[in-house]
Amino acid sequence: MSIKLGVPSKGRLMEKTFEWFGARGVTLARTGSDREYAAAVEGIDGVELVLLSAGEIPRELAAGRIHLGVTGSDLVREKLGLWEDKVAELALMGFGHADLIIAVPKVWVDVNTLDDLDAVAAAFRAKHGFRLRIATKYHRLIRDHLRDHGVADYQLVDSQGATEGTVKNETAEAIADITSTGETLRANHLKILSGAPVHKSQATLFKSRKANWDGGNRERLGALVERLGLGG
Amino acid sequence: MVDTGMDKAVIRAEAVRLLAGFQAAGAQVVEADILQPAGTLLDLYGEDIRARAYVTQDPVMGEAMLRPDFTVPVVQMHMNGGAEPARYAYMGEVFRAQEEATHRASEYFQVGYELFERDNPAAADAEVFSVVSQALDGLGLRAATGDMGLLLAAVKGLKTTERRRAALLRHIWRPRRFRALMDRFSGRAEMPAGRAELLAQDDPMACDAPMIGLRTRAEIAERVETLRQDMEAAPISSQEVELLDDLLALRETTENVLEHLRDIAVDMPAIAAAVDRMEARAEALSARGVDMSKLDFEGSYGRTSMEYYDGFVFGFYAETRPDLPPVATGGRYDALTRVLGNGAGGIEHAENREIPAIGGVIRPELTLILAQSQQSAVGAPS
Repeated sequence: MSIKLGVPSKGRLMEKTFEWFGARGVTLARTGSDREYAAAVEGIDGVELVLLSAGEIPRELAAGRIHLGVTGSDLVREKLGLWEDKVAELALMGFGHADLIIAVPKVWVDVNTLDDLDAVAAAFRAKHGFRLRIATKYHRLIRDHLRDHGVADYQLVDSQGATEGTVKNETAEAIADITSTGETLRANHLKILSGAPVHKSQATLFKSRKANWDGGNRERLGALVERLGLGG
Repeated sequence: MVDTGMDKAVIRAEAVRLLAGFQAAGAQVVEADILQPAGTLLDLYGEDIRARAYVTQDPVMGEAMLRPDFTVPVVQMHMNGGAEPARYAYMGEVFRAQEEATHRASEYFQVGYELFERDNPAAADAEVFSVVSQALDGLGLRAATGDMGLLLAAVKGLKTTERRRAALLRHIWRPRRFRALMDRFSGRAEMPAGRAELLAQDDPMACDAPMIGLRTRAEIAERVETLRQDMEAAPISSQEVELLDDLLALRETTENVLEHLRDIAVDMPAIAAAVDRMEARAEALSARGVDMSKLDFEGSYGRTSMEYYDGFVFGFYAETRPDLPPVATGGRYDALTRVLGNGAGGIEHAENREIPAIGGVIRPELTLILAQSQQSAVGAPS
């Protein structure tokens, strides 16, 4: 038996994750050819590395098919209803920072807050005959946020990429997306609503509450947590 | 998911029994499709309904929803040619996603009674309440009532701008947002960030970014002008705010509330007609044997339920089982028929067709649970 650690399979998130573990005495490395998704763990026994798409790690944690996983805190909150019942945060890893924000055309000089957005949504619906469209792939997080702030008369339209372009293309009036520098937003003539972001995301090490922790796995986790210096 | 340990066949039999009672009260039994077009429900409830209902995808019809209630399809059916007055009864499962309350059932039976009637709303209110109440007889439930019509009248009567009244009416079913708006319009809270700065500029419309999207320059300019007018509007007086707070805080027997309301109406004449209607309803309820010195009235009741109730609202609760949802709920929804008749636009834009209507639903698995626990209490050795 061993515990399975799910890690993003490519890009900066993978590299940063390897660095983070490496700095704490646990070496993660890809093995085989560049294209082969195989990996190894050194420096601790009983931990198996599984390379996965960051977007699938929440689901695998919730299903208990992996014991630990590294992914963005935004993805866990978006993809898992009642996420705290399914996973626990072991460590905020301090990289992969990004804010989930709502942005509107910069030319909307009258809109700065959610309050304004709500008023505009009402007027827009009366004028155009349909609910103001917000393009996003973060449906749950945005819907909960807008409900908590009493925004009505909007609709979420799904956008899995190039979301910042939807306003110019007239398939949405506003967008909700992840941003770290805001550069793409500015380039597309959008501005972020004032106030706190919907969610401040960062790479996070999660523990599955649904995985099998018997058969020595609890002890293996204990050893790993101690090695990583997360004991307290 | 709530595990009542109850066989669905047993719940269905209880539903059939309740349905027969509604039929005996003069209702015609109707059916509704389980798969409902999602567009109508989304336009009515807004995007929030996605968190509470099951949305599914049909390759041809597009987005569909497992019916979250019967009221909307029954109203649509009636509007497509029902005679008036009409009484309908129905039974079947409704589906509610319970993302934040997983202990609550996501699929359960409802048995309902809906009355479409134009001439005597007080009598119609009393009829539906007492038909539901009689079906629950002997279960020892507490009834709570409210009147959204009273609140709507109070807001419509506020001495402020038309826009402020419209904004408050639009959010009357979202108590926190309503409170925030009230605080701002009465000068107790600051204007949202950036608004004063914007209006202080020589040309608020000046912007270095290009026009993009469907919202036009004229629409932006119009709102800037609206903001300017709003800035100049006098605050809603503290006296009016206090009267509205009194109204929302009411929590007494209907008899006492009526007396209290007549006092409030002296300073708030806008609610006088609504109070008259309440009084007529109380008389009609009394005539059906409901004791007004015992029936609870709550000023805020109905504000957090489904958005379409706009008059009399009621619910029946098992006080010995606070863990259970209300055993029955209902209310008047006159505006719903206008909204559904007009397509998109939201309740506040509905103007045309109106068929006054009121309905109520009972959850048969709850009446069974309560009846069973009563029996076991009676049967238990002392």
